Amino acid sequence: MKSLAEFFAMGGYATYVWSAYALAAVVLIWNIVQPLRRERQLLRSLGQRAKPRRAAP
Amino acid sequence: MAHDTGHTCKAVTPDLHTSFMFERFHKFASPPHFHAFARTLSPWLFGISALLFSGGLVGGLVLAPADYQQGDSFRIIYIHVPSAWLSMFTYMVMASAGAVGLIWKVKMGDIVARACAPIGASFTLLALATGSLWGKPMWGTWWVWDARLTAELILLFLYFGYLALQSAIEDRRAAARAGAVLAIVGVVNIPIIHYSVEWWSTLHQGATLTKFGKPSIELSMLMPLLAMTLGFKTLFAAVLLVRARCEILEFEQHTAWVRELTTVTEAR
Repeated sequence: MKSLAEFFAMGGYATYVWSAYALAAVVLIWNIVQPLRRERQLLRSLGQRAKPRRAAP
Repeated sequence: MAHDTGHTCKAVTPDLHTSFMFERFHKFASPPHFHAFARTLSPWLFGISALLFSGGLVGGLVLAPADYQQGDSFRIIYIHVPSAWLSMFTYMVMASAGAVGLIWKVKMGDIVARACAPIGASFTLLALATGSLWGKPMWGTWWVWDARLTAELILLFLYFGYLALQSAIEDRRAAARAGAVLAIVGVVNIPIIHYSVEWWSTLHQGATLTKFGKPSIELSMLMPLLAMTLGFKTLFAAVLLVRARCEILEFEQHTAWVRELTTVTEAR
């Protein structure tokens, strides 16, 4: 089993490997968070728009 | 109605069958049904993709041995290859959905195509960036203007072009039509990306997996690659469903069912 320091060193390629994985994390998180937030905002704004119609029959 | 007389029944059956299938498809492809379907399915897909990602990351970063030529730098493969494959897969989904919307005027086709573009663009960027980070230590350069890299860059521009059309054209139907035409024409780029490493001489290594013959990769290195690939694909499906839900809400915001849905959500 490799030591933790060895694991992070990635055989001397740490900069390249970890930058690649960090970029992947950013892209994946953006893909998940952005549309979920947009959906929440949409539902809220569309809900508020619908309210006055309900309030004044 | 078809059961009035015995002898007409036979002649009508195939028609009934096709119209039944057609109805099923139309019901499924109707925005309210698709919206409900997407809401049920997406949490499961997010869950499955999280499992595949954790398996793939442990397998790829810890369990797989270092490559005999490339050392630990080869571990970039576990994000580079899945994102490159996904960038092409997403494009095919976008072009197919666009074609369905364009030819059969199925609204869900337009919606799915539109939802694909930002996902595809982001994974194309990731494939290019991770490729660059892999190329620097292995080839000694961040970038070469060879066929594989150039074709992938063109893919990025196709996505950008599609997105630019969507934001430039106010009318959604017109934007979807224009986008679909662009996407369909751009499909020629996909086989070029795929075969570029065989057709032209390049720094890029050949395919790791081929349909025929043994893969040129050790099983302990291959399994994480498959897990990550499936993880990327299921995440794509989950995100596509969420994005499609947003597009449906915007497309259909003046309909009664969206009004009902949003007031219910608001009341919660």
